[in-house]
Amino acid sequence: MSADGWSPSAVQLDREAYRQRRSVRSAAIAAASTTVLLGGVTLAVVTSPGWERVRETYFSWDKAVDSFPAVLDGLWLNIRVMVVCAVVIVALSLTVAIMRTLRGPVAFPLRLLGTVYVDVFRGLPLLLVLFLLGFGGPALNLSGLPRSALFWGCTALVLSYSAYVAEVFRAGIESVHPSQRLAGRSLGLSSTQTLRHVVLPQAWRRVLPPLMNDLVSLQKDSGLIAVLGVVDAIRAAQIETARDFNYTPYVVAGVLFICLTIPMARATDWYARKQGFHGAGGMV
Amino acid sequence: MSRQRVSGQRVSGQGVSALLEMRGVRKSFGSQVVLRDIDLVVEPGQCVVLIGASGSGKSTLLRCANLLETVDDGVISFEGEDICDPRVDADRVRGRMGLVFQAYNLFPHLTALGNVTLALRKVHGVDRGEADERGMAMLERVGLAEKAGARPDDLSGGQQQRVAIARALVNGPGLMLLDEVTSALDPELVGEVLDLLTGLRDEGVTMLLNTHEMGFARDVADTVCFLHDGMIHEAGSPEQVLGAPQQERTRAFLSRLRT
Repeated sequence: MSADGWSPSAVQLDREAYRQRRSVRSAAIAAASTTVLLGGVTLAVVTSPGWERVRETYFSWDKAVDSFPAVLDGLWLNIRVMVVCAVVIVALSLTVAIMRTLRGPVAFPLRLLGTVYVDVFRGLPLLLVLFLLGFGGPALNLSGLPRSALFWGCTALVLSYSAYVAEVFRAGIESVHPSQRLAGRSLGLSSTQTLRHVVLPQAWRRVLPPLMNDLVSLQKDSGLIAVLGVVDAIRAAQIETARDFNYTPYVVAGVLFICLTIPMARATDWYARKQGFHGAGGMV
Repeated sequence: MSRQRVSGQRVSGQGVSALLEMRGVRKSFGSQVVLRDIDLVVEPGQCVVLIGASGSGKSTLLRCANLLETVDDGVISFEGEDICDPRVDADRVRGRMGLVFQAYNLFPHLTALGNVTLALRKVHGVDRGEADERGMAMLERVGLAEKAGARPDDLSGGQQQRVAIARALVNGPGLMLLDEVTSALDPELVGEVLDLLTGLRDEGVTMLLNTHEMGFARDVADTVCFLHDGMIHEAGSPEQVLGAPQQERTRAFLSRLRT
């Protein structure tokens, strides 16, 4: 009985009992179907004729332990590349997004520049940009700029990703209702102040989940700079593999990448919830 | 800034120092003429109420006064300065007026206090401590001190509108513009907002507002202006305009409200 003397009526008790039976049944079905599916797949793989050789080539524990330090060392480079690139990408793409949302004839060159940049770098495959900049960049012999493959690889990542992320930011900025700008301007805030204090904070909250998605993607694509000869996790695994043609180091690298993305996905969810973003999922 | 201040001309001809004066204001959107030839004077401490059907130009008139819309012709002088002059710094003018919107337009990412103090800090250069102090005092004034930390989404419509009024009022505006501030509210929430506005008028806050609440207009207005089709057809004391309207159109509008 609750504090105000209410106790559930017979009708309500019947509803609750029904819901209880339903959720027990759903859980049982889910458990059974998961077991059957996973068990079936496992059985199919393990009983396949080539399983013994595959297990030895891809899932060798000794080889995994052996190659782990080198792959982990490579992964440390991926992480550093990702963090540095992510910071530069946010800055560059936000600038491009703002350029593209400017109004008025004065801003025309900026709008044009932003549009051309986005069009070009969204159209070019990342691998192509990596080859062009990774080999062409150092050849320019620009004074003041490093000639390392790492630097030019990161530049390619930044240029390619910023074009995508700029569009995410632009969508966020344009999703903020015009009445918010009016409210800001009516208080005497300048156009820039309204953007900074009213529009961008709201846009930022809205685009955060898709941005984190791009960050996860960037983390994986940071491995592509391996084509320029930089030793990251994938390249390290390749080197380890080449010694005895045992492919276990690739699996090790894959597991490490997954171990990175899962916490990041959970962190995204947590941060979005903290910002008061619930979305429509789970609602009626 | 100083150059712009010099360029604003004094336009009020008569000896009376009108706070806001509109002369021959015209505004159209495309081929649709919304304001035709508006003459309007708001004296300091006065409460001027605009009435008229939806689409008669009431909201546009307020937005022109706040420079959110650029007029096609005519003069709007505020504190003796022609604010329609393109050399006038519009942000500075807006900083001296308070505008309250029909749909509140609070900033959802800021708390009630954050909404109230944003312009103080960013436009008027008040430091955070003092801004918070003045913001809290203003929330107290509108009866929402205990909601200072709440986000707009967690407030009722009436509470949101009172925060919006506080946000406009805290900057010490010479003139408050209120655009149908109760028409998005439930009848029972209208009262709390109208009581607040009545209190402000009694404190001598100059207001130019439009409303569909005729009882409220009768109570607070010094002058009632009836707008129809972008023109002020009748202006005068509430007793005159609401009690004994001279114009056929005013009578027709008021009789539609009563039925």
